[in-house]
Amino acid sequence: MAERFQLTLNGAESAIEADPDTSLLYALRNDLQLKGTRFGCGSGRCGACFVLIDGHPAPACDTPLWSVAGKRITTVEGLGSPGALHPLQEAFLAEQAAQCGYCTSGVLISAAALLLENPSPTESEVRAALDRNLCRCGSHNRMVRAVLRAAAKTST
Amino acid sequence: MNTVTDARLKRSGSLERNPRLSQWLRLERDGMVSVFSGKVEIGQGILTALAQIVAEELGISPARVRMIGADTSLSPDEGVTSGSLSIQDSGSALRRACAHARALLLTRAAERLGVSVDDLQVEDGAVRAAGRSTSFWECTDEALFDCDVREEVSPKSPRDYRIVGIAGRRSDLPDKIAGLPRFIQDMALPRMLHGRVVRPPNGFLELASLDDTKAKSIAGVVAIVRNGAFVGVLAEREDAAIAAQRALRSAASWKEAAALPRDIHAWLKERAIDHRIISEKNDADAKSREAQTLAASYSKPYISHASIGPSCALAQYQGDELIVWSHSQGIFNLRRDLSLALGMPEEAIIVRHAEGAGCYGHNGADDVALDAALLTRAAGSRPVRVQWMRDDEFCWSPCGPAMALELRASLDAGGNVVSWQHDLWSNGHSSRPGRSDSPALLAAWHMAEPHERPSAINMPLPAGAADRNAIPLYDFPNQRVVNHYVREMPVRTSALRSLGAYANVFAIESFMDELAQAAGVDPIAFRLRHLRDPRARAVLEAAAGRANWNGWTAREGSGHGVGFAKYKNLGAYCAVVAEVEVDREVRAKRLFIAVDVGLVINPDGVRNQIEGGAIQSASWTLKEQLKLGERGVAVLGWEDYPILTFSEVPAVEIELIDHPELPSAGAGEGAQGPTAAAIANAVENALGVRVRDLPLTPERIVAAIERQ
Repeated sequence: MAERFQLTLNGAESAIEADPDTSLLYALRNDLQLKGTRFGCGSGRCGACFVLIDGHPAPACDTPLWSVAGKRITTVEGLGSPGALHPLQEAFLAEQAAQCGYCTSGVLISAAALLLENPSPTESEVRAALDRNLCRCGSHNRMVRAVLRAAAKTST
Repeated sequence: MNTVTDARLKRSGSLERNPRLSQWLRLERDGMVSVFSGKVEIGQGILTALAQIVAEELGISPARVRMIGADTSLSPDEGVTSGSLSIQDSGSALRRACAHARALLLTRAAERLGVSVDDLQVEDGAVRAAGRSTSFWECTDEALFDCDVREEVSPKSPRDYRIVGIAGRRSDLPDKIAGLPRFIQDMALPRMLHGRVVRPPNGFLELASLDDTKAKSIAGVVAIVRNGAFVGVLAEREDAAIAAQRALRSAASWKEAAALPRDIHAWLKERAIDHRIISEKNDADAKSREAQTLAASYSKPYISHASIGPSCALAQYQGDELIVWSHSQGIFNLRRDLSLALGMPEEAIIVRHAEGAGCYGHNGADDVALDAALLTRAAGSRPVRVQWMRDDEFCWSPCGPAMALELRASLDAGGNVVSWQHDLWSNGHSSRPGRSDSPALLAAWHMAEPHERPSAINMPLPAGAADRNAIPLYDFPNQRVVNHYVREMPVRTSALRSLGAYANVFAIESFMDELAQAAGVDPIAFRLRHLRDPRARAVLEAAAGRANWNGWTAREGSGHGVGFAKYKNLGAYCAVVAEVEVDREVRAKRLFIAVDVGLVINPDGVRNQIEGGAIQSASWTLKEQLKLGERGVAVLGWEDYPILTFSEVPAVEIELIDHPELPSAGAGEGAQGPTAAAIANAVENALGVRVRDLPLTPERIVAAIERQ
């Protein structure tokens, strides 16, 4: 049976009516029209659907709605907007750090979580922080450079 | 007259099939230029590069170029976006079309302003002369481009290029980096239903029984569609469709398919039905100098495309017309096979391309389009969206074929190769739509009135398919290369990035190192000794220079190695030096790559494609093999199919050797073969052990050490 859930989504109070077992991924994509969080595997192993839950990256595909009631959710749309990009998004553009771009949202989420915790990471810390995100096009090194660029910019 | 035929033969790229200027370009009232290319964006950045060519030839800002997504009702038919041919096919057609268009526009402008063309000052489509002005857009009417492209109009000289050759920024990335809905997976149409198809995770013959009671009881399930062994579900919500798919799957039983061969490489060698000598050279004198003979067998497993985003399609009936949205690489071929499978005339189907997740060859995009089309028959006029689940993608999309290879060569007393033999065994490397009398679409083989599954075929040489790059670029006096074709197809195979080139170059370049060792010669010096082509020599020398090959100091557990190829023996020249460390497993640390693609349209695009290709190849080479169960592919998720992670990818350095005076070759597939060989050669250099069976997993390496 559908229930009503309150959550803080990208900084705003948001309500959604759905079955408690609905995965957060489909609630975001289909009920709230936030398409930036993407389906990749359905079992939390690729990172394409990562969102921040109370500041920590987690796979939305594997997260039932009931478990996030009252929590703070940030999706890629909450990092920045086309007119006011997040420093990470600016750095990804500057480095042209993508090929197909399907994994990008999830990588940005992992990187944002890293920079919240560690504003000046080393290269190997960046790589370790992104190890739960799979990229198939081979854009890894560009994305790592972009994260380091954003870190350098925000920490100065 | 002969001249007519000659002129036709000279048609550039896709102008051969699409000669009308109006098929390629339209000037719009808003000051933009709409460009119709039949090539599609698959994550490689092609639309950005094509827009640069258009802007360059028309002499306008790239911001004025609007690339229109391919659509069978609008676009020129340019076949399939594959084979690293888009710059060649579409780029050269657009270059000629735009040169002609500019000439027509300038003539019109000169007439309007009452001056000669030579007196015009033209900037970004604005035209001035004698104190008066007009523009390309004012000079256009519908009739102007209603003509064949005149190739006599010379395009710009590369010396005058200002837009081609610069690192233009990808036009699609701002949306993708901002997380905006841009992919087909993100499309949502009004009143859309969600569909899923029910397939078991292994091969099957036909549906034995199906109990749909539980699936029907799930709230929001609209229809359960059954057509022979094709079973699908439609629901109001995506999660309901998935729940119903699971319920149906656990309540269905299938008759099992035949057991798969246990040793696929031995099986391939037994089952070949066609043995084609694709290259033969004989020189008795040289043969008489044979002093030492080496032989080795190599193999490559089935490899998955493994895109991060599973395949997706939308379909909707609008009256009698079926509209299909697809990330297919060949929308016209897909339309043809949809028409065969659905028994509808082609004219009643429109296929519109929408961008998908990364595409590395013939994946599930075409199949899921038929899935959506079949399900939409139960949806009335409502649109249907179908996305495959991860296990659908691994188990049911075509994969890159397994291959077995045997090489044999003889050296003379001076350590020169005097004879060379290369035998390869493989299924065909293409089972794409549009090439057979029967539809090459998965669901078509499972319907109540099933269509026959076409066998995978090989495209002819010189590009080739299984035998792509099997003919060595080295100068050997005696040479015999044989392609042993296996038609029977236990696992569904089709085109995966670089096709047979990956395995052939891996084998050739591994064997070149084995021969160099037998001859006691440095691997790069040994290659150069047998290589006359100056562009080939240049990339080898550049990669060696970048890597400081001669300054290498041997360290315990470290090794370096080289690999080289000219893709398809027609395209990009690429040499790779790999540095690896080996302890429990192989770590590719660094790749130094030199590449020559002729005229570079977008250097950042080339670098991105070469680096991406090299990293993907490193992943194939170190980790990837599609696990087979008794009766089919047994990969349910990433846990069964690991790929290289952020911490594991090598650093990559690329040197681009620009040749503006030479035609452009594609970059997307140039690095795959050389990277594999460079890594394998580096592993041998580190351990003194040769691993000839891919992937180079710890188990393989241990086995090779034990064999020694």
